[in-house]
Formats: sequence, C-alpha cells, structure tokens
Amino acid sequence: MDLRLTPEEEKFRDECRAWLEANVPPPFEGAGLNEEENAESLAYLKAWQKKVYDAGWAGISWKKEYGGRGATLIEQAIFQEEWARANAPMLINVLGLSLIGPTIIAVGTEEQKKRFLPKILSGEEIWCQGFSEPNAGSDVAGLGTKAVRDGDHFIVNGQKIWTSLAHVSDWCLLLVRTDFEAPKHKGITALLVDMHSEGVSVRPLKQITGDSGFNEVFFSNVRVPVANVLGEVNKGWHTAIATLMNERANLGAGIYIQIKRTLDALVEKVNTLQRNGKPIAQDPIARQKIAQAYLELEIFKLNSNRAISKLSKSPIPGPEGSIQKIFWSELNQRTQRDAMEILGAHGQLWDLDDGKWVYGYLRTRGNTIEAGTSEIQRNIVAERVLGLPKGYAR
Amino acid sequence: MDFDLSKPQRLLQDSARTFFSRECAPERVRELMASDTAHDDNLWRAIADQGWTGLIIPEQYGGLGLGLVEMAVIAEEMGRACLPGAFVSTLWASALIEKAGSEEQKAKWLDGISAGDVKATVALLEASADWNPAAVQLKAERDGEGFRIHGRKEFVNDAAVADLMLVVARGEKGLMVLPVEKGTDGVKVTPTPSIDATRKIYQVDFDNVYVEGAMASGINAALEYSMGVAAIALSAEMLGGMQWTLDTTVEYAKTRQQFGAPIGSYQAVQHHCADMLLYTESSRSAVYYAAWALTEHDPLSRNAVSIAKAYCSDAGREVGNLGIQCHGGIGFTWEHNLHLFYKRAKANELMMGDATFHREKLAQLVIDAKD
Repeated sequence: MDLRLTPEEEKFRDECRAWLEANVPPPFEGAGLNEEENAESLAYLKAWQKKVYDAGWAGISWKKEYGGRGATLIEQAIFQEEWARANAPMLINVLGLSLIGPTIIAVGTEEQKKRFLPKILSGEEIWCQGFSEPNAGSDVAGLGTKAVRDGDHFIVNGQKIWTSLAHVSDWCLLLVRTDFEAPKHKGITALLVDMHSEGVSVRPLKQITGDSGFNEVFFSNVRVPVANVLGEVNKGWHTAIATLMNERANLGAGIYIQIKRTLDALVEKVNTLQRNGKPIAQDPIARQKIAQAYLELEIFKLNSNRAISKLSKSPIPGPEGSIQKIFWSELNQRTQRDAMEILGAHGQLWDLDDGKWVYGYLRTRGNTIEAGTSEIQRNIVAERVLGLPKGYAR
Repeated sequence: MDFDLSKPQRLLQDSARTFFSRECAPERVRELMASDTAHDDNLWRAIADQGWTGLIIPEQYGGLGLGLVEMAVIAEEMGRACLPGAFVSTLWASALIEKAGSEEQKAKWLDGISAGDVKATVALLEASADWNPAAVQLKAERDGEGFRIHGRKEFVNDAAVADLMLVVARGEKGLMVLPVEKGTDGVKVTPTPSIDATRKIYQVDFDNVYVEGAMASGINAALEYSMGVAAIALSAEMLGGMQWTLDTTVEYAKTRQQFGAPIGSYQAVQHHCADMLLYTESSRSAVYYAAWALTEHDPLSRNAVSIAKAYCSDAGREVGNLGIQCHGGIGFTWEHNLHLFYKRAKANELMMGDATFHREKLAQLVIDAKD
C-alpha cells in the first residue's frame, strides 16, 4: 500500500494545475439554474469542453488515436482532483464521457471508435442514453421499443422516457428489441442513433425542480444503419451491462466536486449567518452535521481511489460500483437536507443565492432513482457481490 | 497510488488470520471473558513470539519497526477474533513512551514490551470522561526528585494486569506523564464491570503516590500521536468485527429457511446485508488511509484519524445492529457469538472518543480553520 504519487504523477499533477489555473473561465453568470437547460450556458459549457479537448485534457485515460491522452486511470483521478481544486466548470457531455464512450471502447468496432470517440471528448456531439421506457424502469430488460431489419437498416418504433439531455443531444445509445420470441434478455440490440434522424421527437418533462433535465423521446419509423449496431445483434444486454457498470463506476467522479462545492458554500454560510445572536458556525448541531458530511465525502473519495487502484490492475468495472452509487446518491441527499436544516427558514427561499439551496434539495431527490434506484443497487450488491440467492423474477 | 496491501502485508494478514483462528477461537474468548482480567499469559506470550507486541516499536528497542498499515492489518485480524486482553492499551502506552520517554525509559520499557515481558496501559480519563487531554485535573506535585499524585483515574483499560501504568497528570508547566510500576505503594485498582467483558476497565485511586522519572516535554504532541495510533488500532479492530459480523450474517441468510426459501432471497434481508457491506468497505478505506497518512506524517493525517474513528464508531455499531436483526431471535441469545463483537464494537466506539467527539475535532479543522 502506497498512496504517494510517483515523480511522473507529481509532474503530471503540476502540469494539470498550471493549465487549469491559466485556463479556467470565470463562472457562468446567468439565470439558468440547470446548466444543461439554458442555450447560453450550453454554449458556454460546450466552448469550455472544446478548450479542454484541444489542450489534450479530455479523456485522460482514453487512447490517443481516439482523441484521448493515453494516460493512466490514476492520472485521470489526479486530473479530477485538480479540477475540483481549480473550481472548473463541469463538462457538458457527461453521459458520453462517463458511460457511452467507455462502452464504445469496450464493445465498439474500430470504425465506431474513430467516428464517435473524438467528438464525445470535444463536446461537439452530445449524447444521451435511451434505456428506460414507461413500462421498463428498474426492469430495463422488459423494454418494448422495436427495431425491424429492412435491408441494411433497422426501422425503430417506440418510446423512451427519463432520457437525460435528450433535448440537447446529437446521438443516443438506444436499446431496442430485435427478437420478439427470445427470452427478454436475449432479444435486445444496442443501436447508435442520430437524434437528428427523421421520426425522432423529444418532449421535455417538467421536473419537481420546475425545469427540464430529462425527456420523453418518441421513435416513429426511424431508420438506423446496421453499421450502427453497438456490439452484436440480440446481444445488446451485454452492451447495456457494460454501460451500467460504467455508469455506477464513473458518474461519481464529478459528484465529489459537486458535493464539495455545496459543503464549501455551506461552511461559508455558517460563518456569516447568525442565529440566537451568534454565528451558526458555533452551533454544535450544525457543526456535527457539517463534519459528518465532510467525513463521508472524504470516505467516498477514498472508496473511489480504491476502486481506481483496483481498476488500473483489471480494467473491467464490476458490481462493486453499485456501492458507490448508493453512497454518493444518499450522501448528496443528506448533505442538501442538512444544508436546508442549518439554513433554517431562509433555506426555502428561491431568492437566497439564486435558489441554489432549494434547487439542490429538490434535484438530489432524484439521485436515488436515476441511474438505477437504491433498491436495485442493493439487490445487485446482495446478489452479485455477497452471493445471496436471487430473490425476484428475471 | 496503490491502495492494495503489498505482498509482505498480505502475508502478515494471512499469518495473523491463521494465528488468531487457532489461538483465539470463540470458546477461548468466552473463557477469558468470564475470568477476572481477560488476560491469558500463554496467549500473550504467543503474540509476543510473533513479534506483534513490538510491531511498531523501532528495531533498536527490540521491535519489528513496521508502520501503522501493518499495525492495522494485525488489529483488523484481532478484531475479527475479538481478541481479549491488553493489546491496544499496551500499544497506546508504547507509542506514548516512544514519543515522550527518555532514552533510558525507552530502552527499558520498549524492550520489555517487544519481548512480551511488559504489559502497559495509560491512565488518562477522569470523572469528566473527556478524551481531550486538556480536561486532565489530577495534579502532579513536586517532591524532591519525583512527583506525588493524589486522586482518581477512571476507565483505565487492563489496569489489573499492566506492569506499567502511564498516568497523565497536570504539572506546573502543563501535562506530564508519570510512569507508575505495578506494586507501587498507594495505588488501588478497582474493577468497573462494563459492557465488553473481554476487555476490562478499572477505576484507579492514587493515595499520595510517589513517582520518579516523569516525562514532561512534548507531552501534548506525544499524546496526540499515540492516541492517533490507538484510534487507528481500535478502528481497525472494529473493521475486523464488522467483517466477521457481515460474513456470519451472509452465511446465515443463505441457509436459514423461512416461507420455503432462504431468508437471504428476501429483499428486506438483502438490503440490510448490502448496507453492512457498504459500512464495512467504507470503514476499510478510512482505516487504511488513516494508517498510511499517520505513518507518512501526511499533513491531513489529523483529519484522517478523526474520519476513521468517527466513521468506524458509527459503522461498527450499525453493522452489529443489522447483523443481529438479520439473525432474528438466535442473534439475541448469549449462545450465539454475535454479542461478543457487538459489545466490543460499543466499547471501541467509546474509547479514544466516539463519533461525536471526532466530528467536533473535524468541525474545528473544516469550519473554524476557514479564514
């Protein structure tokens, strides 16, 4: 066990730090609370991601021929840490970077890798993930969107729901049913679908927050070239599992930064706001809550670093990622809940700090549902990590 | 950055696991639990023969000179076996002597501890039960070459078997550590039966006791370091206890049948087990990071120690709660071994400061340090 950085890693860290210090733009000043929502903030974030890509800092651990840096997972983690430290804006193409890119790397053809990966990194093409349907949520394999072969195309008909970023996406990793006779896990195919194709329509859903991050997506006789099958026909479940494992393993990286910013802002707040005639920072209950959030956040990072240390020796994410998903989603909720409690009556106001406390409190409510509910994650941990007997029908 | 144990560390882990499953089976734990002191000379000797009483003691004093990661490896296995006796108190004392003792004291006591001839403990707490050394009231009054102490210490681990008791007292210029050897006149040791009978605690009264060889410089730093070492050892022990409880519970959930199916196939039980794994693995990250950081004198080691002790204190208790819950009635019996680990977890939670105590320390570092 040795957690020191090697001299090369230290050099890499210094390079990251210097570049970020020189290049991080001033924060976006605008009304858009949800960064993906607003056209101006979208342009701001796309420009930032292009800058990151052009300087060679996107896809640190992806191969150079696909636009990456060809560096190690540990160097990628170092970059994330520097990113947090520099208070740099988030990358817009989070699903492409964290889920879909790694899946294309794992099961895609050489042509697909060369065609799609560089534009994922540069943010030129934004991606969404078309898995859930109105009648296939936690039971994703029960999906009903159909694709029928027609020459060198598939014709897709059906509906997806809860599709984050679909309203700004150029491409979609779509799960469809291609064999209607086979058992449900064996008739699924994964397709790379151009969201600008004829027959694709997107209807944003208004969320509990009042804005729209996810959507309903309708497919009506959409033609998708057979060359855009990711993995093999009828073996899409295998592709989907690769994506879901990456989702659980990777989505947490940006979450550390997000929760850390919430916590830093809260520390600043308690040092300035007064209650009962003294700074809230002196209130023992507030102190306990902030310290608990801080220590859990640090443990979340340690768990991530342990996972990276393991992944850098055997690079296939396993079901342990579910533990991290449970950890970050519930921690994020608890942190926002505690922040609201500490802020007291002020916390409920949309006027306070541009509504970030109300928004964060409401938005994190979705964390234990999106990307696999906490209940499904606990089933996975119980059955696939601990080896307990299967408890529900497949 | 490599979070995995090195090959020598894994070998140490394997040999410790084998050793404790052979030398400290649950039946032996129960025998010692029922004894007056929970100490077993033969077991202590066997541990010393492995070199583990001197695990972190420098080689010049007869120890193995290993780091705190190795210590955590051993302590985790001790926790998995619920090892009774004076190991953690001796460890705390040895780290305190190493930092605060004179060359002569180190040569005498550390050699003795490494060889297995000396068991030691530290008497810090008083009626306030405050783990902050600043709360110490017991006065050290100068008397010629030495000092006199008159008063009471509480919650002293293993005081009845300790050959050496390091008494923390307040001198004119701040805290001092007074080495009180076994058999010193005026020292009265009274057992105070407590939740964990595998590790006894005592009330110690000093009736105008005369002590020579007071340690008086760098005491605050020595206490902080040695308490950090002990907090990591206790956290690692709790981790081992969590692992035992998790493994035992999962095994039970796979075999115990109700409604015609193993209870582990029901989601209510599965989710408890998943939470136990989450607590256990997160504790593992915290313990080994703290052990590494304190060994390397990392600037964040103070945070790391409090993170580990706070998290493991809560997690150890919760894993015990869930383990007993999943077992149902059998988990609540004296016959089942779960309660041994459950009680140890509670005692370990309280020793060196519980989660609330360490969260306050973290609050000072995180909230008050921001200017």
